[in-house]
Amino acid sequence: MKKVRLATTWLDGCSGCHMSLLDIDEGILKVAELADIVYGPLVDIKEYPENVDVALVEGAVSSVEDLEKVRTIRERTRIVVSLGDCAVTSNVPSMRNQCGVPAILERAYLENVTAEGQIPREVVPQLLPVARPVHDIIKVDVFIPGCPPSAQLILNCVADLCSGRMPEPSLRYKFG
Amino acid sequence: MPNQVKLKIDGEYVEAKAGESVLDAARAAGKFIPSLCHVKGLTPVGACRLCMVEVAGIPRPMPACTTTVQDGMVISTVSEKLTRYRQMIMQLLLSERNHVCAVCVSNGSCELQDMASKLGVTHSEFPYRYPRLPVDASHPRFVLDHNRCILCTRCVRVCAEVEGANTWNIMSRGVTSMLAADLNGNWGDSETCTMCGKCVEACPTGALAVKGKAVEEMTKNTDAVSRLATARGGTQQ
Repeated sequence: MKKVRLATTWLDGCSGCHMSLLDIDEGILKVAELADIVYGPLVDIKEYPENVDVALVEGAVSSVEDLEKVRTIRERTRIVVSLGDCAVTSNVPSMRNQCGVPAILERAYLENVTAEGQIPREVVPQLLPVARPVHDIIKVDVFIPGCPPSAQLILNCVADLCSGRMPEPSLRYKFG
Repeated sequence: MPNQVKLKIDGEYVEAKAGESVLDAARAAGKFIPSLCHVKGLTPVGACRLCMVEVAGIPRPMPACTTTVQDGMVISTVSEKLTRYRQMIMQLLLSERNHVCAVCVSNGSCELQDMASKLGVTHSEFPYRYPRLPVDASHPRFVLDHNRCILCTRCVRVCAEVEGANTWNIMSRGVTSMLAADLNGNWGDSETCTMCGKCVEACPTGALAVKGKAVEEMTKNTDAVSRLATARGGTQQ
């Protein structure tokens, strides 16, 4: 059987969902039987490849870079999965939405520093006015809420998707 | 018996007391009807709309908690339409304010969070509003976080009907509605609040909490509120 091309990525998130993914322990062997991991923080490939079957997206869309990333992912992927509360609800990254970008940059880079503070304007991607859930920007096929979703839940979903099934609706999802 | 009425719920004949709500009758018959604003013993108000059911002959869904049983009524508590509506209501509740479960005192023991799971809500199809809302930490024992409030008015009712203090009210209308202490002052300055904490126990989310609780540390005892309310001859049984 042809292996599924699986990609993972994180946008504005804490990497906790990827930690939970790693917590599937020996379950990774099962995933390895079904899929090739073609892109993600765990593999050393710089550019998002073409013809991806399943992409797990962690994190909210917060910067111009995130925006570009999710659009590329959507173009090149068959099934996009929002993994975890930040991708699904915008969660903690959205707590800045009420304040506005200038206020939070000033707080982080000027008010809270002891050395000469300055707001970074180069290299670091520019923040969007508000952090948004992934499905606000692109069409998302599967939602896995949780902060983080449990390892077992991720494993079940990934195993289902890599076997050509949509995840069981009976799986118990939970925000937070 | 004149005090008994017969109705049909999901195809089953059910007997109920005259004057009883459809919600109480259906739950007594073992039906699952979701609700967030209902607390046994407090006056039902139909605030959350999750308990809506279909009544034969009425074109729109009716909230089960404020609809009284009538002889010969035919009720459906389950249908594709109701499931869809309940999920949409849940999504509206989640997108209206800032419900960030991950950093909430009630994470893991929140009725809103549990209900979202029960209703199979995995995300909100409605855009989040991200309103800027205050947190009132002026009270010596408790905190009010408007970000987590769903305007169910359980606190308003328990304060008025059980404690008799009438500290809580809802001010403004529609999406600008807000919980207000007395005449919209700081809770800590309230002259009517007796510091009894029943509002906190009745609150289904982390909106009202005991001061000093960290993430996941707040658990509520709504059953105790119900016991008090019914022991004092609450409006519903």
